[in-house]
Amino acid sequence: MAGINKAFFWSLFAAGGTLTAFVFPVLVLIVLLAAHGNPAEIMGFEQMQGLLSNWLGKIAALGIIALALWHAAHRLRTALHGLGLRADSAVAALGYGGALLGTVLAAYYLLQI
Amino acid sequence: MSTTKLELEILRYDPEKDREPHFETYAVACQDDWMVLDAINHVKDHMDTTLSYRWSCHMAVCGSCGMMIDGQPKLACKAPVSDYAGQKVRVEPLANFPIERDLVVVMDDFMDKLKRVKPYIIRKDEKSIEEGEYKQSPAELKKYKQFTLCINCLCCYAACPQYALIPEFIGPAALTMAHRYNQDSRDQGLAERQDEVATPEGVWDCSFAGECSEVCPKHVDPAGALQQLKIATTVQWYKGLIGMGGK
Amino acid sequence: MAYVRPVSKTSWYLARRSYTVHMLQELTSIFVGIFALILLWGLSAVAAGPEAYQQFLESLTGPGMVLLLWVTTVVMFYHAVAWFSVTPKAMPIQRGEEFVPGSVIAGAHYVVWIVLSVLVLLLAGVF
Repeated sequence: MAGINKAFFWSLFAAGGTLTAFVFPVLVLIVLLAAHGNPAEIMGFEQMQGLLSNWLGKIAALGIIALALWHAAHRLRTALHGLGLRADSAVAALGYGGALLGTVLAAYYLLQI
Repeated sequence: MSTTKLELEILRYDPEKDREPHFETYAVACQDDWMVLDAINHVKDHMDTTLSYRWSCHMAVCGSCGMMIDGQPKLACKAPVSDYAGQKVRVEPLANFPIERDLVVVMDDFMDKLKRVKPYIIRKDEKSIEEGEYKQSPAELKKYKQFTLCINCLCCYAACPQYALIPEFIGPAALTMAHRYNQDSRDQGLAERQDEVATPEGVWDCSFAGECSEVCPKHVDPAGALQQLKIATTVQWYKGLIGMGGK
Repeated sequence: MAYVRPVSKTSWYLARRSYTVHMLQELTSIFVGIFALILLWGLSAVAAGPEAYQQFLESLTGPGMVLLLWVTTVVMFYHAVAWFSVTPKAMPIQRGEEFVPGSVIAGAHYVVWIVLSVLVLLLAGVF
């Protein structure tokens, strides 16, 4: 994890933070409404499939999920270091590795829709 | 003349005699308009001449009298005793620096780091004297003016949690200086400063806690400078990737 | 010998209220990560077909899940507000000799936020 690469991870963190600040509140509100089953047709299968089958929807979904994961990985790396966990390389590898896995999985699922 | 009674609990440490610092209490009858610095001067003049501390201008421009007053990094000349009337006030040397003696800290680490960021105009092409001065419009000056106001008092270092945990961190004031020169239209040294700035112990150790800007007595806003520096450094890095590196 | 004062590596953030607030803001990223994983799970359910997706929707209704979603909702709104309040510091906009006030930049973010949110609610079929 050379120092130069920190610019790369930080840019993903900043982009992810901005994007999630804009869309996560409304998205989690929608999922919360679906969890309460009200309104009944919210997040219906056909609607979701429709949104995600066109390329714009796929790119948006991939972008949101991936950047959110990279944001969380980077911010948690700093937070854990601040909480006293000093094994920075291990935390970075686990966190970024997880974000990468999530990104690949999201792309994989989206290609199937 | 009415007086404000203050009890100063001052950290004392004599490197030749003490293994550890300890506190000594001094009761001072202050004039109402005194600053904490005046009370400390009173202690030294009338109660304990062995007390050591730095001070000079007594008007918040020299940056000498930075110290922890009731746990907050402040300039002693800018802390009115009326804020602490009737209380015990703890006075300690600036946090996150080794204690030289009493309220004097060892500043060498900061001086080194300041040098490393090259806080001066760097030119790739010098103009000869005959070609005239480097001109700068008011708008170009405004771009970096706020960051020139730093008086190197080190209150920001005392407040910064990252500097407390990571001694290698170059820190708010030094990095703000790098940004100040990067933003100066007369400067051409951005790429050269990246060697120090774009490292883990450079701008990337900053976690944007914002404490530095909270305590800065001159309102320099080092936190803002460091975030702007992160963006500039990132842009520079991406530019380098596609071969557009040199500024 | 200069005396170096020890600093606790594990509890420094409790020493001062502003440190604690900062640490809590950093930890909002836990919920960003959790919600991203929930979205990923939903994505896999859509890809797997209507029955799998129905199961996913039903899992959301469990009490533990509902509690998690409530907490995540609150935390995400907090994340947005905190993020918009610091963005102006990182991106000063200079017009001539003056800087656009931070409140204007933050205000613009809120406007975009509301517009985007309404758009997403429309797309999701809430109204």
